[in-house]
Order: sequence, then C-alpha cells, then structure tokens
Amino acid sequence: MALDGPKQDFKYIGTRPERPDGWDKVTGKARFGADFSMPGMLHGAILRSPHAHAKIIKIDATKALALKGVKAVVTRADFPEGLEGEDWNIQENVMAGEKALYDGHAVAAVAATSQLIARDALKLIEVEYEVLPHVTDVDKAMAEDAPVIREGAADYSVPEGMHPNVVRYMESGRGDLEKGFAEADLVIEESFTTEAAHQGYIEPHACVANLGADGKGDLWCCTQGHWFVRQMCTAVLGLEATQLRVTPSEIGGGFGGKTTVFIDPVALALSRKAGRPVKLVMSRSEVLRATGPTASASMDIKMGMTKEGKITAASGTFRMQGGAFPGAPVDVTTMLAFANYDIEHVHHVGYDVMTNRPKQAAYRAPGAPMGAFATESVLDELCRGLGLDPIETRLKNAVKEGTPATFGPKFPPVGLIETLEEARAHPNYSVKLGPNQGRGVASGYWMNWGGETSASVAIGDDGSVQVSIGTVDIGGSRASMALMAAEAFGIPYENVRVSIADTGSLGINEPTHGSRATFASGLAIIEASREATRKLCQRAADKWGIDADAVTWEDGCAKPSGPNAGEFDPLTIAEIAAEMGSTGGPISGHHESTPDGFGGSFGTHVVDVEVDPETGRTTILRYLVVQDAGKAIHPAYVEGQFQGGAVQGIGWTLNEEYIYGEDGRLQNPIFLDYRVPVASDLPMIDTVIVEVPNPGHPYGVRGVGETGITPPLPAIANAVRDAIGVRMKKLPLTPPRVLAAIKARD
Amino acid sequence: MQYHTPPSFEEASRIAASASGTTRFLAGGTDVLVQLRSDLVTPDDLIDVKHIPGVKEIARQEDGGWRIGVAVAGAEMTEHPDLGRDWPGIVEGMDLIGSTQIQGRATLVGNLCNGSPAADGVPALVAAGASVTVTGPNGARDVAVADIPTGPGKTCLEKGEVISALNIPARGENGGDAYLRFIPRTEMDIAVVGCAVNLRVDGDTITEARVVLGAVAPTIRAVQACADALIGTTLDDAALEALDKAARAACEPIDDKRGTVEFRTDVAGVLARRAAKIAYARAKGEQS
Ligand SMILES: Cc1cc2nc3c(=O)[nH]c(=O)nc-3n(C[C@H](O)[C@H](O)[C@H](O)COP(=O)(O)OP(=O)(O)OC[C@H]3O[C@@H](n4cnc5c(N)ncnc54)[C@H](O)[C@@H]3O)c2cc1C
Repeated sequence: MALDGPKQDFKYIGTRPERPDGWDKVTGKARFGADFSMPGMLHGAILRSPHAHAKIIKIDATKALALKGVKAVVTRADFPEGLEGEDWNIQENVMAGEKALYDGHAVAAVAATSQLIARDALKLIEVEYEVLPHVTDVDKAMAEDAPVIREGAADYSVPEGMHPNVVRYMESGRGDLEKGFAEADLVIEESFTTEAAHQGYIEPHACVANLGADGKGDLWCCTQGHWFVRQMCTAVLGLEATQLRVTPSEIGGGFGGKTTVFIDPVALALSRKAGRPVKLVMSRSEVLRATGPTASASMDIKMGMTKEGKITAASGTFRMQGGAFPGAPVDVTTMLAFANYDIEHVHHVGYDVMTNRPKQAAYRAPGAPMGAFATESVLDELCRGLGLDPIETRLKNAVKEGTPATFGPKFPPVGLIETLEEARAHPNYSVKLGPNQGRGVASGYWMNWGGETSASVAIGDDGSVQVSIGTVDIGGSRASMALMAAEAFGIPYENVRVSIADTGSLGINEPTHGSRATFASGLAIIEASREATRKLCQRAADKWGIDADAVTWEDGCAKPSGPNAGEFDPLTIAEIAAEMGSTGGPISGHHESTPDGFGGSFGTHVVDVEVDPETGRTTILRYLVVQDAGKAIHPAYVEGQFQGGAVQGIGWTLNEEYIYGEDGRLQNPIFLDYRVPVASDLPMIDTVIVEVPNPGHPYGVRGVGETGITPPLPAIANAVRDAIGVRMKKLPLTPPRVLAAIKARD
Repeated sequence: MQYHTPPSFEEASRIAASASGTTRFLAGGTDVLVQLRSDLVTPDDLIDVKHIPGVKEIARQEDGGWRIGVAVAGAEMTEHPDLGRDWPGIVEGMDLIGSTQIQGRATLVGNLCNGSPAADGVPALVAAGASVTVTGPNGARDVAVADIPTGPGKTCLEKGEVISALNIPARGENGGDAYLRFIPRTEMDIAVVGCAVNLRVDGDTITEARVVLGAVAPTIRAVQACADALIGTTLDDAALEALDKAARAACEPIDDKRGTVEFRTDVAGVLARRAAKIAYARAKGEQS
C-alpha cells in the first residue's frame, strides 16, 4: 500500500454494532411517510387515467366539489405554465396536461376531510377523453407506423429520419470492429430483451404537505433525497427553493425510485388551494401504475473471441423505453455493457425511446443490469462454444488499474480480478451438480457517484458527538456514519448520534443514490470530524500554553505530539467539552464538497439453479455474491446490500415484469401478479467482501449498493442455460417461457 | 354499510334474506376485506358468522367423518392432531392459502364461497366427496361441495342461504389423498393449475379414485376420465400416461398473465401424475 493511501488500521471500522434505528423499526415506533399527521389535516386522492393514451377534452369537478367534506380539487390548471426541460417533464408527469400519456397518469386530485370522502369524490369527477392509439413496446414504438407520443421531444442527438418517439441517440467506441472480429475464432451475435421491473419498495410513497398562499411551506415525505424533492416541487409549483422546507421520514426502501417526485407537488397544490395541510398516500396499485419502474430493453450484441479466450471485439445496439418521457438510462447501458473487459475494438449504439408507459425512474444501477444480461450471456456462449471456463476467461479479459475502459478513461485501482479469484476459490464453485441443475457465472460493474454533500458534527457538553447528515438512511447508513465519526474522534460508537437533517439545516445534499451515501457523507463526516478535532486540539494547546501544532488527537484525547511539546496529561474529549463554553464556545466541524474520488465496484456472482423439466420452474439452489467494497465500514450492512441486489436481480430474472394488455393497461398492478421473490423462494445468499481500498476516500470506501443487481440477470440466465441446454434471450424466465423452450429443444 | 353479528345461522339467514343490497358473510375476511379495500365489492350488509356458537370447532362424527365449523382457520386445521392423518390432501390444500397471517384467518368455506376456480382448498374437498350444510329461509339442506361453485365468483347459494357446516366423510380403510398446485413462486400466489387426487387401494390395485382439477376451467372440475385411468391399475407408467392424457383433455383454461393455455394444459397432466403418486403412497401407508 502506498504511504499516502487510505487509512488501514481501524478500531471501530469493520465491526458490526447494532444499527441505531433497529429497535424503533422492529417495534413499530419508527415513523414512515404515512405515519405523519397534522392538526386540521385533509386527505388527498388522485384520479388517474384508465387509458394508455388519450386527449383530455374536459374535466368537470362540479359534482365532486359539491360533496360534503371536499375542500379542493386541482387539475393541471392549478400549476404554473412555461416550464422547460426536466422541470416540465416532472410537472407533466405528476399532473397530465393536454393528454393522458399512460394508464395511471394523474389527471385530477381531491382533498377532503377523510380518505373515504376523497375517494368517493374521485368517482364524481367527470373526465371526457378522446382515446388515441397507443404503443407500449420499445421496438414497436420505433416502427414507422407507431403513434407519436409527443412531437418535438427529441434532442439534437437524434439523426434525421428517425421516428419522433426516438428522443436521444448515442454512439461511442474505439478501434476497428471489422479487424477485431476477423481476429476471432468464434463470433456470436444474438438479440435479447428485458421487461420493465419495479423497484418494489415495501413502503408506498406518502407525504404531508402544508403550503400557504404566501408560497412558504413544509413537506414531510418518504424520499431518498429531500433536496431533490425541494428542487422538483418548487420548480413544478413556481416557488422559491428555500421557502419550502422538506423533512424526510424513515424510508421503507427506495432503490432509486424515490429520487424523484410523484405525489408531493400534488399534495402541495391541494394544500395551497384548500389552505390546510394535506396528506397523500399511494396504494400499491398506484405505485405500480404511476411511479417509475425501470426501462425495458431490446438489444443486439456481437462479440468475438480467440480459442485462448481473448475477447477481440464487441459491439452492441441498445434500444430502451423509459415511458412517455425522455430519460431511459441507455447512456449508462452503453457505457457499462462491456466495461468489465479490456477490449480493443468496441462499439455501442443507444436509443432512448418514448412509449405509453409511466415515466421510468432510477432503479439500482439504472441501465446496467439489462446490458449485462445481454453481454454476459453472449460471453457465456463464447466460453461454451470454445470449451473455456467462464471464470478463467473473465480473468483473462478482466480490467485492472490502468486498463483503458471501454467507455474511455483508464481505470483507477479496481477489484474485478480479486472478485473472480475469490469466486473461483469459494466452495460453491466446486459443488457437484445433479440432473436438471446448472451453474452460471457473471460479473458486473457500477461506477458509483460522489455528488453534492454537506455534513456537520457538533460536540455535546459531555463529549458525545452529534452528527448531522443530509443523506437519508435506507440500508443502515446511520450505523456506518456513526462508526466513521467514532473512528475519527476515537470515541465509542455508542457516543455518536446521527440525525438526518431537513433541508433547512444543511446545504444541498444529493439523495442517497448512486451508491454515494457511505462514500460521500462518510467522507464529509470524517473531514468535519477532523476539523472538530483540530479545534479540540487548539483548546488543549491554549490550556497548556503551547502551539496547536504540538498537539495531536489520539483515542479521543488531545495529547502533546512528542517529548519536545512538553509533559501534559492527555485531555479527553469530555474534559475539553465540559469547559468549551468558557474556552471559546461550542465546538463543531463542518464539511461540504462534491467529492469525485468515488471508486467503482466490481462484483462476480455464481448461481446454481434447478429447472423442473416438466413445468419450467426455476429454483435457486445456491447463490454467491463476491464484491469489492473498498473498505466495509459495517460488514453486515455491506453483506445486506450484496444480498438485496442479488434478490432483486433474481426477481427481475425469474418473474417480475410489467404486463400490458392489448388496451395498453397494466395487467398486474398488485403484488399478487407482479411477482417479487418471497422469502421462501430464496436460499441464504452467500457473500464474500473483497476490499481493494478506494484511494479517493480517507478510509478506502467504495459504494456497494448498486453493483449487486448487475450480475444476477446474466448469472441466472447462464445457469438456466447450463441446466436446460437452451439459451433464454427474453426476460423474465417465467415457467411458461422456459417450458416452451424445453419443449422446442426436445 | 351495516355490520351484523348474528348469534345463530337462522338469524344470519334472516338478515341476509331481508337485505336489499349487496350482502357478504364475513368469515376470515381475507377475500371480503381485500375486495372492500380495493373498491371491488362494497357490501351494504356485512354479516359476521364468527359469533355463532360452534363455528370454531373441528369435530369427529360418530361415523368417523368430520364436521368443520365455518370459522375454523387454516392454521387450526393444520395443527389439528387427527384431521390431517385422515385427510392430508384437504389439509395441505388449505395450508397452501396465503401466509402465516392469512392462515390465522382464512377458512375453507370462505375459500369455497368466494367462487374462484383457482381456490386451493376446494379441489381436495370435492375429491373427498365433502358436502356442506346450508341454512336458508326454508330450513337446512345438504349440498355437495362440488355443486356449490357455478362459475368464477358465483355459487348456487340462494338469497338468504348461509353455509352452517362443512361435512367430510369418513376416511375408511386404505385411502389416501393429495393436493398439488403450480405457482411460479413458493407462496403468496394464485394457482395456475391445481390438482387433487383421492383414491383407495386394495393391495396394490386402485379400487376407487377421484381426480379434481382447479384453475383450468370456469369452475373446479372433477374429471371422470382421470379416475377411470387410475381405477383397476397399480399406478404403473401406462396408468400415469393415461391419467396425464385425460387431465390434459379435460382442460379448458384461459390464456392470461398467469399462464398460457398450452402451459396450463401441460402442467395439469404433470400435477395429476405427481398428486396421484402421493395419494397412492398415502393410501398404501408408505407416506404421511
Ligand atoms: C395475501 C393473500 C393470499 C391468499 N392466498 C390464497 C391462496 O394461496 N389460495 C387461495 O385459494 N386463496 C388465497 N387467498 C384468498 C383467501 O384467503 C381464501 O379464499 C380464503 O380461504 C377465504 O376465506 P375467508 O374466511 O377469509 O373468507 P371471507 O373473505 O370471509 O369470505 C369469502 C366469501 O365467502 C362468503 N362466505 C364466507 N362464509 C360464508 C358462509 N358461512 N356461508 C356462505 N358464504 C360465506 C363471503 O360472503 C365471501 O363472498 C389469499 C388471500 C390473501 C389476502
């Protein structure tokens, strides 16, 4: 390890203390979005379009307004005009304007004295629609005869002559594809599709809004990022940013889907109109119909390989629909599709396409899993065709520090090779398989993120430490933050209390997204703590009458830095804190930055499945996740992230999908038919944490939240291929599809 | 909405008979309350049957049969020491419903009267030849379970009629039953196909059989051709093949998001074979 590398010897980091929010959550005391209420509060409900695509001719709310208890109805007319870009997109999505663009699109909303009255009132709102032809499939939406969702939505990148539903186009690569494919002993070209999957967070969106006619307001909501909520709501409603204070609740999962807004601006608009606080809580079917699932994809992949297993060239075309708005994460798909490997000749093409579906939202490693499914499936076929071991072949092509990435820059230190070596050495990789069983391997990457960050620490009068951060705790991050503060101060974990501050208490923080919270808020806490310990040292120096430079901070105490500094007994944080009022006032530390030293995280998954040859049903027998965490601050929660990613990937691969009928309506807007895995579907997910320190973080942290969902799609598909002898190219691998493939094989 | 807690089935029947709007009986409520909350059915009269004496009892009859109260929850059936020894297929069908929480509330009679062709509790009841006692304005009558459902969400119960007990016949010697369903996951799903088999053996030979398919037609369907394929055989490969074929031939499924026609038909044959093997092993005392 280089001398200036991240710190390596830790006292608290790497331990597994109980999370501070755990007790409240398991005893029902924690307050989630729907648990908040206010005196005089009204209840809101949203009327949604039953049509996939329809012109809104007229909305008549007269009867609804006449119902006793109804206090306000809002439509798009209650929102300001003239917005542009993503602000307009969000406004149009939260409340339809001229057209309803998908089944479930909000067209009006009611606030009433009870939820039942609000729901009854919805039935009294008369909406006249002119139903238009619709399209929900990405390939069909690009076809010449596809209905146009919105003229003029395309940006400058789209070449002339494409269907207006193609709104962004991208192309990147290097080398000479023709030359690369000529060098290959085997070239494989295949097409793949994946369906839209929902983040499936257990807690539906919920908020309480209180907005005055003066444009000053408060919002309590369940979100991954309250500054994003503030920016979006104030833009959509034409308010001044800091006049709206947003306070986040505890959050029951987000996975990217709570980095944007769906109901919050509507609740604010209702509140402003009714002059009272308004609570809005989504039902599960509203969540599935009208919040953002991820994009669906249609992809063509071509890869070439030598007999020895060297990838000579790779190209991919990726078409993705993200609903009735631009924004499918195809840019990331193209960027990461081949990112695991050192490939000289590589080319990517991407299309962002609009359809009559809900506006996609970020979902854990947005865009990466689809691309990985296609490319890692083809890589598996190449290994099979050439009789090569999938891990050895990946090792032969794996990127490492200094490799030029397929998306451009050279990689800093990364841990792909280490994850592959650990996977190969793990006992799961050598378990003997029985009949109808198969093993699959895949690797994946997520580049992670830094983002705007602001955090504070303050010393209590007894020497305990209060930490204020702006990143919502979704996966146990308060425990990790407390560990980092404990380490920086040299005080026990229990003496640190971490709070999530509202938007009125800190500078702008990006959400808990991009796997950034432990990296970025952690970095800010360490820096803020260092600022505070410098001040603590200064107080000790003043007391001792020596230079501050001659004082060091160690194990929670100020100490003379060496024999030349003088002979003084160490001063504990509690001793300095007890006197701070009279020695210069409160002591705190603060840090704000947009850190860019986030290190990406590679992972390798090994999965064993058994496929029932008579029903096509796949059972996951064993599942191993090996991933680079840089430094695991709280290993249990790192493992939890690995397992969670794998489980969501299992759902997406086997059963989860958005099913649209001929009428363009979502057929499965309930958890009964939108099938996320249940606990009994899963084996214990085995985990191995690899630690290749990230030089961009003082303790070596890399984000770990998202990488884990990138390998499961191909790993499971490869395992099913191994079990049944047929390559499945369309996700999900539902029993009817797998059985049909088995029958076609025989 | 009016909520009633009648003290007797006669009173329950009287309330239902004089009600003018939509009426629902409330047993476990795991269908009724879900439909209410999702705005599918909002009853004008909700008649809770759980306050009637005896509705929570599982009682063995003198002839060896069983009388099961209309408010007995799935978990109570599963935990009963003897019921599952006689009728493991009925108990496993009921036990498949929902999760631990649902098992604390859901009842067999509710499952039957909800009228779903995919109801997991019903095929094994029909295979067992169970009946229900129906209390109505004109007194009580017994109706075969097989005759209760008449179509998706529909039953033959007349206005004012309420089921007051579920009667399962005596098991008798050398009998065994089994129920299997296919779902993509391991729980919390609606059967894509369900199949119950009830049979009796004499030595190795099957002497009586009933095979009932769920979720492959508008109602649960007892298939005589399947029974014929089994009777007189030792469940050899030829019998299983014939059973598979007969089961597939009996299918008239719908094509929907839960399964294609082809898939449902294929899996009906598979489940029939698998359930027959379990029932056979149970009849011979080789498996519990
Ligand atoms: C999460 C969940 C999972 C589920 N999983 C399954 C499953 O795997 N398989 C399955 O088959 N079902 C499942 N169900 C559906 C439901 O649980 C079952 O149908 C259950 O058996 C219904 O029983 P209940 O006592 O709750 O009925 P209730 O909801 O109380 O009543 C259902 C119907 O029966 C009528 N009724 C009740 N008692 C009487 C009576 N004495 N006389 C006349 N009519 C009566 C009611 O009027 C109503 O129409 C599930 C439900 C939920 C919520």
